Amino acid sequence: MKPGAFEYVAPESLEAALAVLTDRGEDASILSGGQSLLPLLNMRLARPEVLLDINRLGELATWEVTGDEVRVGALVRAARLERDAEVLATLPVLPEAISHIGHPQIRNRTTVGGNVAHADPSSELPGVLAALDGSVELRSQSGTRTLSWDEFFVSVFTTAREPEELVIGVRFPLLRGWDVRFTEMARRHGDFPIVALTVAVQEDGGVLTGLRAAATGVADRPVRLTEVEQAATGRSLDDAVIADLAGLARDAVDPQPDGAGSAEYRKHLVGTLLSRVLAPELGRSAA
Amino acid sequence: MTIDDTVTGVDLCEVTVIVNGQLRRARTEVRTLLSDFLRHDLGLTGTHVGCEHGACGACTVLVDGTAVRACLMLAVQVDGGEVTTVEGITPDEGLSPLQDAMWAEHGLQCGFCTPGILCSVEGAARAGENVGERLDDLLGGHICRCTGYQNVRAAVRLYCAGGQEAGR
Ligand code: FES
Ligand code: FES
Repeated sequence: MKPGAFEYVAPESLEAALAVLTDRGEDASILSGGQSLLPLLNMRLARPEVLLDINRLGELATWEVTGDEVRVGALVRAARLERDAEVLATLPVLPEAISHIGHPQIRNRTTVGGNVAHADPSSELPGVLAALDGSVELRSQSGTRTLSWDEFFVSVFTTAREPEELVIGVRFPLLRGWDVRFTEMARRHGDFPIVALTVAVQEDGGVLTGLRAAATGVADRPVRLTEVEQAATGRSLDDAVIADLAGLARDAVDPQPDGAGSAEYRKHLVGTLLSRVLAPELGRSAA
Repeated sequence: MTIDDTVTGVDLCEVTVIVNGQLRRARTEVRTLLSDFLRHDLGLTGTHVGCEHGACGACTVLVDGTAVRACLMLAVQVDGGEVTTVEGITPDEGLSPLQDAMWAEHGLQCGFCTPGILCSVEGAARAGENVGERLDDLLGGHICRCTGYQNVRAAVRLYCAGGQEAGR
């Protein structure tokens, strides 16, 4: 349970880090918070030739709330966002989702960029990003590009990041006038969710004028439940409608079984979580 | 910086770090985990190692004041920083208020998990967090095979209430 040998480099500037990736990107693992990478190194499931430690890149450790988004530098620790009063007031779903990532001691160290770049298919933040139609900023020596979540997440632990690129920021758009909610089912608080769901609701006098739903844990990457979103618009939320939408959600996904849950269970969960998140009281009977 | 400036994993590097208020310097391998550095290179065996993948919490220490898993950091990453271990939160004489509360409420049996729990709670308290409110969240990051957690929770509550003298 000790890491194998690697070359270690901890540059002081983004430019220097990008230079390393240009030279050795194919052989390098990027060490951000390390809360997923270090276990992999310790168990020798990962044996990179080069370990590029980006923890000295202070320029990636800031975030800002603007009129239309929360833009988070890749190196921002999850715990810092979780406790930020401005983020809590502007985009409360973000701290809510973060509070489910691991334990406080893990969140003290884990970073937003690392969490997203790791692309665990059940992880919380990729789902939030999908529901908000967020994006990921990548930089290499040849420039910066911004990919939508849909372009960025490719498959299990696989993203569209090129070996010479570094994730430098994550952009969470603000949905003004929408109510964004997060829920998940995990064996224990802090475990990876079996299924996690982010739902954005826009209502006018009890009638749904918009719905967005994104799930993780039901595919090899985050998915939007577009059938549910379309079917919901224009309807008022009562027991029957919620049951109908839950059924659509279950039909919309085709999960793979693993140790945490069978395919049937995950299908069932996505409907149940949708019911609960749409109407905490109604949802219980509709589920 | 080019790749020439890297050091390889079996190479030795020098780590200079303030540990428990004392400046310490040691040579270690680049791949050495912080937990092993503390135990083997600095002889601070109060930091325990259970799982080495972030699950058990036994290795929790304060790095620059924040509670983190020592098994999920490399020693070289704390170079120039500050680390506090369970030895550092223990007064020269007697017990800290938190340790005293643990003793009073039988918050430990074998004590394997205890240094990590002490560092987590101490870290949150020093950061000005409401430890009583966050108790379950904080303890959720620690596996204890002995106590069933009830006595640990009672101990932390006693500590939050001001300790033995104030509490009863
Ligand atoms: S030894 Fe570090 S968390 Fe278990
Ligand atoms: S006291 Fe034995 S593991 Fe907690």
